[in-house]
Amino acid sequence: MIDISGLTKHFGGGPVLNNIDLQIADGERVVVIGPSGTGKSTLLRCLNFLDVPQAGRITIGDVTVDAAKAGKADVLALRRRTAMVFQNYALFANKTAKQNIMEALVTVQKRSKAEAGERALAVLAETGLADKADSYPAALSGGQQQRVGIGRAMALEAELMLFDEPTSALDPEWVGEVLDLMRAVAERKQTMLIVTHEMQFAREIADRVIFMDGGKIVENGAPSEIFGSPKDARLQKFLKRVEG
Amino acid sequence: MRALDLDYMLGLVPVILGYVPLTLFMAVAGMGFALILASLLAVERVAKIPVLDWFVVLFISFFRGTPLLVQLFLFYFGLPQVLSFLTQIDGVTAAIMGLTLHFSAYMAESIRAAIMGVDRSQWEAAQSIGMTQGQMMWRIILPQAARIAAPTLVNYFIDMIKGTSLAFTLGVTEMMGAAQKEAAGSFLYFEAFLVVAVMYWVIVEVLSQGQKRLETHLNKAFVR
Repeated sequence: MIDISGLTKHFGGGPVLNNIDLQIADGERVVVIGPSGTGKSTLLRCLNFLDVPQAGRITIGDVTVDAAKAGKADVLALRRRTAMVFQNYALFANKTAKQNIMEALVTVQKRSKAEAGERALAVLAETGLADKADSYPAALSGGQQQRVGIGRAMALEAELMLFDEPTSALDPEWVGEVLDLMRAVAERKQTMLIVTHEMQFAREIADRVIFMDGGKIVENGAPSEIFGSPKDARLQKFLKRVEG
Repeated sequence: MRALDLDYMLGLVPVILGYVPLTLFMAVAGMGFALILASLLAVERVAKIPVLDWFVVLFISFFRGTPLLVQLFLFYFGLPQVLSFLTQIDGVTAAIMGLTLHFSAYMAESIRAAIMGVDRSQWEAAQSIGMTQGQMMWRIILPQAARIAAPTLVNYFIDMIKGTSLAFTLGVTEMMGAAQKEAAGSFLYFEAFLVVAVMYWVIVEVLSQGQKRLETHLNKAFVR
């Protein structure tokens, strides 16, 4: 169970996240949509404290953190219950595909190298990149890098997987393979919070869609409601623009 | 003008060669300690630990702002007058200490710049998987910073090899000291110092070949 209440973040100027409340059930797949600069990515990045929120409470599983007085240990606890997939892949450039996946298993989860290596190879097989285990990121295509990025996050078996526009930086030819892998992850009832501009994908895999605008959740409902009968004028306008 | 005494010069080569190990020992030891100290200073400069940061800034400022020769004299001749336990210190140790402190100040700045040059995404990815600050630095950031800093650090190493020649002013007979002694006996100053100059040059050239191999090794993850 993920419970976010009163989450607020401002960078200097006005609030980027304005008192966000959101609950996500175990195994639920939630997609966040909305215009650029409305706080979608910041919402994800505040959940693992890559951006530090000024106020709010975040509960992920058995950990509850009060943003206003979060210490180092709280931040690590949240980060160890989440796994993030980045827009720009962010693979460790000095490590091979296999080492990228092993890294957290060995360093953070303190598993043996042998066990982590086996797990990494199994995950790579699921991402269809078993033959790239010893390739460095620089030698992989964008699509392959992002599949390793998703593999790295999958291997953590985190309570919540965060996807921050995972296909936005990709050449169109690689988008399909990344979305396919995300579908495979979704089928396992992994709890997912996904920021994306892929509306068709959102319709298909989301249990729930959230529309954000101006740092607030404007509409929150099943994909059929959000896409089928949008109520708020801003959502209607947004959908018209992105769906043409 | 007189002709160069080539026989004398050839005869000098094996003599000076005998002091190459001591020169290299001081340079390698100095570089090893300087790398460790510089990395610690650089990490501190990035983390900006209160109070400690102030000392680190002062340290770097002093050791960059004063000549190596002055620092060596200060340690070897000056400090023992103030701190009596330092009377035990020999010239080689004092030289290694001086080289370490002096070069670590320079190297700290280039390592700091290299750390800052590691892409933001690498820090965020390391944080997102729940690494501690230390794990992130040691396993992700410093290895990548090493690649960025390598050419500059090799330059400092070359500079340090040449800097060991100042140890002769502390009474250490290394390559330069040996050449000086030989010249004082034969009065063939030009020959003696030319031989030692060429020998330093050869050492540095051999090392430059090593630099290419080091850079290829550090770049191996980044080849498309």
